[in-house]
Amino acid sequence: MLVLEDVHTHYGKIEALHGVSLEVSRGELVSLIGANGAGKTTLLMTVCGSPRASNGRIFLEGREITGDTTANIMRSGMAIVPEGRRVFSGLTVEENLAMGGFFNSKEEIRKSQAHVYELFPRLKEREHQRAGTMSGGEQQMLAIGRALMSKPRILLMDEPSLGLAPLVIKQIFEIIGQLREEGITIFLVEQNAHQALNLADRGYVLETGRIRLHDTGKNLLNNPEVQAAYLGG
Amino acid sequence: MVAQNFGHALFCAMITLIISFPILGFNLEAQGINVTLTGAKTTTIIGVVLASIIVFGFQLFRDAIMGALGTLPRFNPLAGREPMEPSRRVKLESRIITVLVVLFLFWPFMVSRGSVDLATLVLIYIMLALGLNVVVGLAGLLDLGYEAFYAVGAYTFALLSRYFDISFWLALPIGALLAALFGLVLGFPVLRLRGDYLAIVTLGFGEIIRILLNNWTNVTGGPNGIGGIPDPTLFGMEFGRRVKEEGNTSFHETFGIAYSGEHKVIFLYLIALVLAVITAMVIRRLMRMPVGRAWEALREDEIAARSLGLSRTAVKLSAFTIGAFFAGFAGTVFASKQGFISPESFVFLESAIILAIVVLGGMGSQLGVILAAIAVTILPELAREFSEYRMLIFGAAMVLMMVWRPQGLLPMRRIHIKLNRLE
Repeated sequence: MLVLEDVHTHYGKIEALHGVSLEVSRGELVSLIGANGAGKTTLLMTVCGSPRASNGRIFLEGREITGDTTANIMRSGMAIVPEGRRVFSGLTVEENLAMGGFFNSKEEIRKSQAHVYELFPRLKEREHQRAGTMSGGEQQMLAIGRALMSKPRILLMDEPSLGLAPLVIKQIFEIIGQLREEGITIFLVEQNAHQALNLADRGYVLETGRIRLHDTGKNLLNNPEVQAAYLGG
Repeated sequence: MVAQNFGHALFCAMITLIISFPILGFNLEAQGINVTLTGAKTTTIIGVVLASIIVFGFQLFRDAIMGALGTLPRFNPLAGREPMEPSRRVKLESRIITVLVVLFLFWPFMVSRGSVDLATLVLIYIMLALGLNVVVGLAGLLDLGYEAFYAVGAYTFALLSRYFDISFWLALPIGALLAALFGLVLGFPVLRLRGDYLAIVTLGFGEIIRILLNNWTNVTGGPNGIGGIPDPTLFGMEFGRRVKEEGNTSFHETFGIAYSGEHKVIFLYLIALVLAVITAMVIRRLMRMPVGRAWEALREDEIAARSLGLSRTAVKLSAFTIGAFFAGFAGTVFASKQGFISPESFVFLESAIILAIVVLGGMGSQLGVILAAIAVTILPELAREFSEYRMLIFGAAMVLMMVWRPQGLLPMRRIHIKLNRLE
């Protein structure tokens, strides 16, 4: 579904990714964990085409998207839940969702919207509220809902648990599990290693711009190195 | 608190004294060919000292005074009111607007020529402000060179009529389209810029256009400007006393009424009114269309907007182009109204005033912007009695306004989009 081959990314002269290769297959939930500054967000941004990869190739459903514009990539069956939620705070919940389905017909928007409200009944209650006035958890739900509006076949998620209360995090991860049941391929980037690996089919560990480890989620959870570095011993 | 402010207040009072005393405290008097310096009248000096004392007192009790200003909304009878139901509000609003438009349609026949002339200017500013509202209020792109597009519209008509004898009605779309083209051209280099940088580049663009008009003497006439711009005609009927162009008839002869200079003024007013209404309706429509929401999304969060597949290029360019288009509209009407234009009419102050209208009216709010355009254009005229102090009064009014209602006269409210629920 999504394949990265030896991807390098530069910010000016500084190389942030030193040749990352990974693969996410159809229907899988793959987690990428790593410390601050390891390049997790850079990796996701590179997949989205901003910044472009300076070297290496990226394929989405067999089609190369390495040199594509962000706008084109994001319209071809992929959606992202960006880091820090980034909902449109001045727009209402309903409008935020409509923005998510910008390139779909009204009919499709209506259907996806009903589906999102089904997943997150809380959003339905807040339909006409401005997104900026909602709690962090509700905004995260909205960010996920907005990404789902375009009916993506693959969903990228950048630290959906960032800055949320433990109870809300649990809820968010339940939703992620539910989305996987629906058959959406998910590539999850997390610092919350325990939950992310627990849910994942497979996991990658990113360290200073390189893939250090790659295994199934369960194996990584039991890996002593991972336990020492990311799971608090 | 007062003790803490003491040093600051003293400093401010001193500055006031230092700045105002040399400016107001001395007079230059010409005696023959010599200029002598004399001290000002005692009353002026007392005034300067009094002003410093006022500044001192204000700074000393600033917190208390600003606090009191902050409670002003309590005296606003509408402040605590529950918001009206959206559907009722929309109905009420459209009714009010219809009544206003009808009123404005008949109003010029009852008032003096000067008032109609001023009202035409107000309508031109309304067009400009509505256009800039798209760029600044909706798309969030701070454009300080907006008068450039206004100038492009005005000069297009002036030059076309001078060199090619093209009439107002043909020049109107050409001027607007050319201004839109300039908006598109400016849009490209500023696509990557945001905030302050964008403001500086657009400011530079405004100046480039003005300086170009000023220096391209053999085409634009340079600082001398272009005169003799024709008035609009009504189906080939001219409004002058005598027909200037072959084949045209004059308005008063056709209808068999006595010639009156007012006909032309009123006709221009009506054109401006119709164009302003068209501007408002088109932009209102655009705001409710997906492109309007895309502008807002880009303003709110550029990264998020791009992550949804929106093209930053297309969204920003569309805002710039549409904003510029209506400035071109307004420019053409302006050129026709004045009959004479020069680069003097398109200085940075114009941009600043239009921007002030948008901010005062409440970014993104159409009705607010229209009200602000009326206020900002008419206020300096009303304050004309105070001669040189009128800009001071204007400035003070703006400062008070921003303290009292920082979000603008009528802040934008969300227009709900309705999707039929799935049963």
